[in-house]
Amino acid sequence: MKNSVGREIPEYIEGYGQVKPFGGALANYGERTKTSVKLRSVKPGDNKLVETIDEVLDKVGIRDGMTVSFHHHLRNGDYVINLVMEAIAKRGIKDITVAATGIFKIHEPLVDYIKSGVITGISVNYIAPGPVATAISKGLLKKPAVLMSHGGRPRAIESGDLHIDVAFIAAPTADFYGNMNGVHGKAACGTLAYAVSDAQYADHVVAVTDNLVPYPACPIEISQDYVDYVVKVESIGDPNGIVSGTLTVTKDPVGLRIAKLAAQVIEATGYIKEGMSFQTGAGGTSLAVAAEVRRFMKEKNVVGSFAAGGITGYMVDMLNDGLFRSLFDVQCFDLKAIASMRDNPKHQKMSGSLYGNPHNRGAVVNNLDVMILGATEIDTDFNVNVVTGSDGIIIGASGGHNDTAAGSKLAIVVTNLTKGRLPVVKDQVTTVTTPGETIDVLVTERGIAVNPARQDLIDKLKDTDLPIVPIEVLKNIAERLTGKPEPIKFTDQVVAVVEYRDGTVIDAVRKPL
Amino acid sequence: MKINKTAQAGALESSDVLVTVEPNPDGGIKVELETKRVIQKQFGKQIEKVILETAQQSGAEDVLIKAQDKGALDYTFRARVQAALQRASL
Repeated sequence: MKNSVGREIPEYIEGYGQVKPFGGALANYGERTKTSVKLRSVKPGDNKLVETIDEVLDKVGIRDGMTVSFHHHLRNGDYVINLVMEAIAKRGIKDITVAATGIFKIHEPLVDYIKSGVITGISVNYIAPGPVATAISKGLLKKPAVLMSHGGRPRAIESGDLHIDVAFIAAPTADFYGNMNGVHGKAACGTLAYAVSDAQYADHVVAVTDNLVPYPACPIEISQDYVDYVVKVESIGDPNGIVSGTLTVTKDPVGLRIAKLAAQVIEATGYIKEGMSFQTGAGGTSLAVAAEVRRFMKEKNVVGSFAAGGITGYMVDMLNDGLFRSLFDVQCFDLKAIASMRDNPKHQKMSGSLYGNPHNRGAVVNNLDVMILGATEIDTDFNVNVVTGSDGIIIGASGGHNDTAAGSKLAIVVTNLTKGRLPVVKDQVTTVTTPGETIDVLVTERGIAVNPARQDLIDKLKDTDLPIVPIEVLKNIAERLTGKPEPIKFTDQVVAVVEYRDGTVIDAVRKPL
Repeated sequence: MKINKTAQAGALESSDVLVTVEPNPDGGIKVELETKRVIQKQFGKQIEKVILETAQQSGAEDVLIKAQDKGALDYTFRARVQAALQRASL
C-alpha cells in the first residue's frame, strides 16, 4: 500500500507486525489511554543496592525475548549499553530487543551480539553513522529496526506500543535508594530527559552509576519512587565522548550565507518579535543562524520567551545576555550547558515526552515559533530524509526532526544545495523522515524555496530582495552541478521501519543491493 | 601527447580530487577511480567518462590515470586531469 507521502509500504512486516500507514501530520490526535505499569512496591528496610550488573540480571529475571532500554545522554562516551549487553550475552540469553534512545560508534560491540542472535531487535530515535547503523542496513538484525523520533518514543512507551522489561539508566550521580541526577559526577551529562519515560513505564528500573553519593542525590531528576535497583560500576562513561568541547559558529562562507538568508527569512516573515521562541541544532550552520537571529533581536530590542532543544553554550550565552527569558533543555551538548542547567532556574529541563510527544496534553514543540532543521535530502514536495545516505545506508534517525517540524509555526531547512558531489534537493528522497507538509521553507546558498502551502509566507516574502525560487529550480541547479544520480537499487528486504511521531509508518528502509 | 613521467594535480581536500598520471606500459588510457561508495554508486560511470573524455581530448596516449576523489564536480575533474597530463608530458 501507499501511505499519504506516496511511499510503498507492506501492510504487514515480518518482525514488526501490522503497519499503520502514515496519513498526515495531524491525522492522529484525540482521546488517548496510557498503559498501566507493573511494579513491585518497596517496603521500609528493603535494600535496593546491588553489587554487580550480573546480580541485577538475576533480580530482574532476565530471559530470552526481553526488551531492555537505555538513554543516550552519554553519547559517544557511553559504557553502559556495552557493559549490560556483555553481561547478558555471557549468560547465553538470546532474542533481546535493545530500545535505546541513541546509538553511537562506541556501541560497535553490539554488532557481534546482532550476528550471534543475542540482539534481534533494535528501536532507536537517534543513531550516528557507524558500525551498528551499517549492520542494520546490511540486514544482519533478525527483525527490522524501528526508527522513531524523540517525541515518538515516549509516545510509544506511554501508549504501551513499546513495552520495556528492564530500563538501565546511566546515572552520573545516584544515591542508594535510586534518586538520580546528571549534573554531578565525573560522567556528568546534564539532563537525563530521554530516560524519564523509561523510568516511569518499565517493569524494572535500574540505576547504573559510578558516583554513589549520600542520600538524597539532589538535585533529583529521576526519583526513587521509580527505581528498583541501584548498581555501582567503575565507570559509566568517558567524559571526552560525552560532552563536546566548544561548539562554535561555522566559518565556512557558504554556511554563513545560508545562515544569513535564513535569519532574513525569519525577520521578513515577522517572527523576530517580543516573546518569540526558537530552536536550532548544534551544527555549525545552525549555530550561525542563531548568531544572525541574535543580531536581529538586539537590533529590534526584543526578548524571546524561550529557546529549546539540545542546548549548547551558545544558547546559554543568549539566555544570559537577556535575549530569551528561559531555556527548555532535553539534552546538554557541552559543559557550559550542564553548568547552566544546574545553576540557573531559568534553564529548565524537559523530558522527551514534554519535548515532543504528540499524544500528551501538549508538547513544548507546539509552542515553538521558529525551528531550524538540517537535511540529508529534501524532495520537491519538501519531504526530508535524515535517515539514509543517498546510497541507502542508514546514517541517522529523526531525533527531534519531525517533532519540531510538526510543532513549530515556521520550520526552516538550512542546507548546502550540494554536499560535495551529492545533490541535496531531489525529485524523490531515499527515505522520508519528515513529511513535506510540516516543512515551510528551504534555504540554500543558491536560493530560497517556500512551501506552496504557505501562501502567507509567500506573500510576506514577495516584496523582499531575497532570492525566492520554486523548489524545482533549486533541484535543477543541483543536478546541473552534480549530474543526474543513477538510481540506487534495493532488495525487497525491509531492514528498518521509519515511524512517524504518532506511531504510523512513514517509510521503510530496504537493504541496498 | 606523450606521457613521460608520473605527475599529479589536485588535492585530497573536500570537493577536490587528486589526479595521478603515469605512463601505461600496457598501452591505452586506463582510468582508476577511488571515491566514496555513495558517489561510486550514483556517479561512478559519469565520472569515469569525464576523465576518459578529458584525456582523449588532450590527445594523451598510453596513460594510467588514478583519481582519488573527495566529492569533486565534473569541471574539477577536467581541470585536474588536464593539469596532471600537461605536467607529465613536459
